[in-house]
Amino acid sequence: MSNDIRINKGMTLRLKGEAEKVLVDAPRFKTYAVKPPDFHAVIPKMVVKEGAKIQAGDELFFSKYTGEVRFTSPVSGTLKEIKRGEKRRILEVVIEADASDSYREFGTMDPLSTDADAVKARILESGGGAFLNQRPYDIPADPKDTPKAIFVSALNTAPLSADVEFILKDRLDAFQAGLNALSRLTPGKVHVSVAGKSDGTFNGLQNVEIHKVFGPHPAANVGVQIHNIDPINAGERVWTVKPEDVANIGDLFLTGRFTAVRTVAVCGSEAKDRKYYRTIIGAPVAELIGDVSTKDVRIISGDVLTGTRVNRDQYLGFFPNELTLIPEGNQYRMFGWLPFTYNNIPSNSRTSLTWMFPKKKYEVNTNLHGEERALVVTGEMEEVLPMDLFPMQLLKACMGADIEKMENLGIYEVAPEDFALIDYVNTSKIEAQEIIRLGLDLMITEVG
Amino acid sequence: MEWIRQKLDKFKEPFAKGKKLEKYSPAINALDTFLYTPNHTTQKGAHIRDAVDLKRVMITVVIALIPVLLFSMWNTGYQYLKQVQPEVDFWDAFGHGALEILPMIVVSYAVGLGIEFAFAIFRGHEVNEGYLVTGLLIPMIMPVGLPLWMLAISVVFAVIIGKEAFGGTGMNILNPALTARAFAFFAYPTYMSGNQVWVMNAAEVDGVSGETILGTLAAGQPIEYDSMDMFMGLIPGSVSETSAVLCLLGALFLIFTKVGSWRIMLSAVVGAAAMGLIFNALPMMGVEGNALTNFPWYNHLIVGGLAFGIVYMATDPVSASQTLKGKWIYGFLIGFFSVMIRVFNPAYPEGVMLAILLMNVFAPTIDHYVIQANVKRRLKRKNEGINAQINTAV
Repeated sequence: MSNDIRINKGMTLRLKGEAEKVLVDAPRFKTYAVKPPDFHAVIPKMVVKEGAKIQAGDELFFSKYTGEVRFTSPVSGTLKEIKRGEKRRILEVVIEADASDSYREFGTMDPLSTDADAVKARILESGGGAFLNQRPYDIPADPKDTPKAIFVSALNTAPLSADVEFILKDRLDAFQAGLNALSRLTPGKVHVSVAGKSDGTFNGLQNVEIHKVFGPHPAANVGVQIHNIDPINAGERVWTVKPEDVANIGDLFLTGRFTAVRTVAVCGSEAKDRKYYRTIIGAPVAELIGDVSTKDVRIISGDVLTGTRVNRDQYLGFFPNELTLIPEGNQYRMFGWLPFTYNNIPSNSRTSLTWMFPKKKYEVNTNLHGEERALVVTGEMEEVLPMDLFPMQLLKACMGADIEKMENLGIYEVAPEDFALIDYVNTSKIEAQEIIRLGLDLMITEVG
Repeated sequence: MEWIRQKLDKFKEPFAKGKKLEKYSPAINALDTFLYTPNHTTQKGAHIRDAVDLKRVMITVVIALIPVLLFSMWNTGYQYLKQVQPEVDFWDAFGHGALEILPMIVVSYAVGLGIEFAFAIFRGHEVNEGYLVTGLLIPMIMPVGLPLWMLAISVVFAVIIGKEAFGGTGMNILNPALTARAFAFFAYPTYMSGNQVWVMNAAEVDGVSGETILGTLAAGQPIEYDSMDMFMGLIPGSVSETSAVLCLLGALFLIFTKVGSWRIMLSAVVGAAAMGLIFNALPMMGVEGNALTNFPWYNHLIVGGLAFGIVYMATDPVSASQTLKGKWIYGFLIGFFSVMIRVFNPAYPEGVMLAILLMNVFAPTIDHYVIQANVKRRLKRKNEGINAQINTAV
C-alpha cells in the first residue's frame, strides 16, 4: 500500500526487563500529581488554592499566554500541596485523592454531528487541550491555531516501551471517538500510524488515514512519520496526540467525563513486578514500583532514551506510558577504551562485538561510557536519524544560535526525541536532545 | 585491582574542584581516564549511552597502524643492510629500523602531547584524544633520517598552527600530521627529498642507491623493482608508506570497525586509477608522454604514499568531507589530483600529501554544496505549499 512508511535508518535496542503483557488495575493511590514542567513553555497560573475540594475535570491551572488551554485535575479529592522550586516555579500540584472518583459532568456529545467549534470548546473546557501538542517546536498546542493535520503514532519502537495495541485494545470505542473529535479540529487529515506487524487491532478505524510503519526505532516517533507523510514547512502547524490520550479525549465525548486513564508499563532490569498497570495520570512512583530497593537505581518516568529522571517520592509525568528502572552506572571500568572489550555493553559501533549478537538482550546502566569530547566522528548521526536532513550540521547551527541556518537545515521538522538515539550513539557524548531543545526555544522567541 | 583505584583517587584529591591544583586537573584526568573509563553517569538527555567513545575510536586507528609500523621498522633496516652486506638477518634488520624509528615516535608524542596538555590546562578543557593518532602518524610519514629536532619543530607547527589555532581537536581545517610533513617539506627540503634521505645513513655509505621509485621515474631512469616489490613494500620511501599490502590490511580493519570511511578509500582509489588510465591512454592519442605518464596505472596505486595517505590520512573525519555524498567527491578528487601532481610536477614527487591538503581545504566547500541541495529541496517544498494555499484560496 502506498500509505506504508518504511524506515531503514535507526536502531533497535534490545534491553532486559520488558514488561509482561498482563494488565493489572492499579489500586487507588493516596495522592496524584500534575507536574506543570511536563508542558514545555507553559507558565502555569493556579486557579485553586491549597486545601480546596476538587472533582476530576476541575481546572487546576491554565497557561498564562494561551489562556484557553486548561489543565484539569485527573482525580477528585483535596488539593494537598503546590510544590515550588527555584524562583517559585511550580513543580508539582499534589492532590490527595478521595476513596472513589466524583467527576465533573460535561455531558455526552457526538463530535461528528456537532458543530466543530463546540467540539473544540468541549475539549478545551474539560482539560483535553493538555493532550494536544504542536509541531514545530514540540510544545503544547495553541488552540487559536488551525493545524494543517493531526498525527497520532499508535506504535512504540523505543527500548522497553509500552505496546500501544495492548493498552488500547479494550478502549477502541473511546479511541475512535477521540479520533472523530480530532478530525473536527483540522481541515486536513488525521493520520494514524500503526505498527507494520500489527495484529490488526486498529484495522477498523474510521475517519482517519492509516499508515503502516515498518522499521527500527525511531520509526514510531511522530516526527519521523510527519517527515515522511506531510513534512512541516516554515510557518505551518501540525498537532500530535499520544494514542492513549486520544482515547481519553474520546471519553470526554462518550461519557462526558475527564477520565485521565494512564496505562503504565513498569519495566527495566531493576523493576520487580514488570507488568502493565492501569492507573490515573500522575500516579505516585513509590506505589507503582513497590518495595524495590532504589539505592543506585535510576527511576525514569518514560523510556530510557527520552524519559525524565524521578525520585521515589515523586510522581509519574503527564504523558509517559512507561516507568523504567535501570541500575546507575557509577562504576569505573579499567581500560574501558580498549576495542572489542566489555561486550556486555550494547554498542552501535563496530569497535565492540555486540553487533554479532543481534538478538541478545542487554542489561544497561546509566554510565556515560566516556567523557564529552569535540565532534570528530562523522556519519554516525545520519545512521540513526531517518530524516532527509543533516543532523550534525543542524546541531552545530543550534549551538551557534544561527537562526537562518537552523531554519534552512530543517529545525521545524525535528523534536528533541528524534535526537535521542543521537544522544545514545554519538562518540563525542554530546547532549543532542538538550541542544535541539534550546534551539527550538530560541526559534520560539525569535520566530514564534 | 581496587587498590590502584583507591591510590588514584587519593592522588587526585588536590586536583579536585576548588582545591589548590584544580587548574591542572585536565592533565591528571587524561592520565586517569587512560587507566579507567570514568564513573560519570548521564545527567540529561538519553539515560543510556553507547560503549564507544573517542578514546576507543582513536585506539582503533592506532591498532590499524601497528602492522604497518612493525613492517616499516624491518624494512628500514632491510633497505640499509641489503646494500652494505650480502645476507640480511630478519632481527638484525628489525633492530636497526626500530632504533631509528622509536626515537622519532618518542619525540613526536612527547612534544605533541606536551603542547596538547598545556593547551588543555590553559583553556580549561579535557585533553582530546586526537593526538594519539596524529602523534604516531607524523614519524611514520617522514623520511627515516630526519633529525629529531626538525621532527620536533614540525610537530610544534602542526599542533599549534595546524590545530590549536583553529580551536583544537575537531576544528582544524588541515590534517595535522600532513601539516607537519608539509612544514618539514618546505622548511627543510634537502632533508625531505632527493636521493639521499630515503635509506638510513645513505649519505654516509658510498654507493647506496636510495631513490624512491617516483624520484627515479622523474629523473628518467629505469626502476629496479617489480610490481610485487612495490605491493609488498620492499622499496625505499618515507618510514611507513611503502607497503601497500599492509595499508590494505589496515584499510580492511578500519572498514570492518567502521572507523574509517570506505567511501573515501574506494573513491580515492578509483580517482587515482582514473587519472592513471588517462595518462596511460596518451600514446593512443598520439601524445608521446614520458616515463611518469607511461607508468602503469595499477603501479601508481602501490608506489609512493598513495595507499598510506588514502587509508590513514584522507579518512581523518575532521578534515574530510562530513556528508556522505561529499565523501565520494572528496575521495575521488584526492586520488585524481595525487596522480596528476605526481606526473605534472616531478619536483613534488609526493602528490598525495599535497592532494589531501588541497582537498582538506575544499572539503567544507564540497559539503556546502551538498547541504545546499538539501536546503533548496526544503525551500522548494515550502514555496509549493504556499502556492497550493494561494490556489485553493483563489
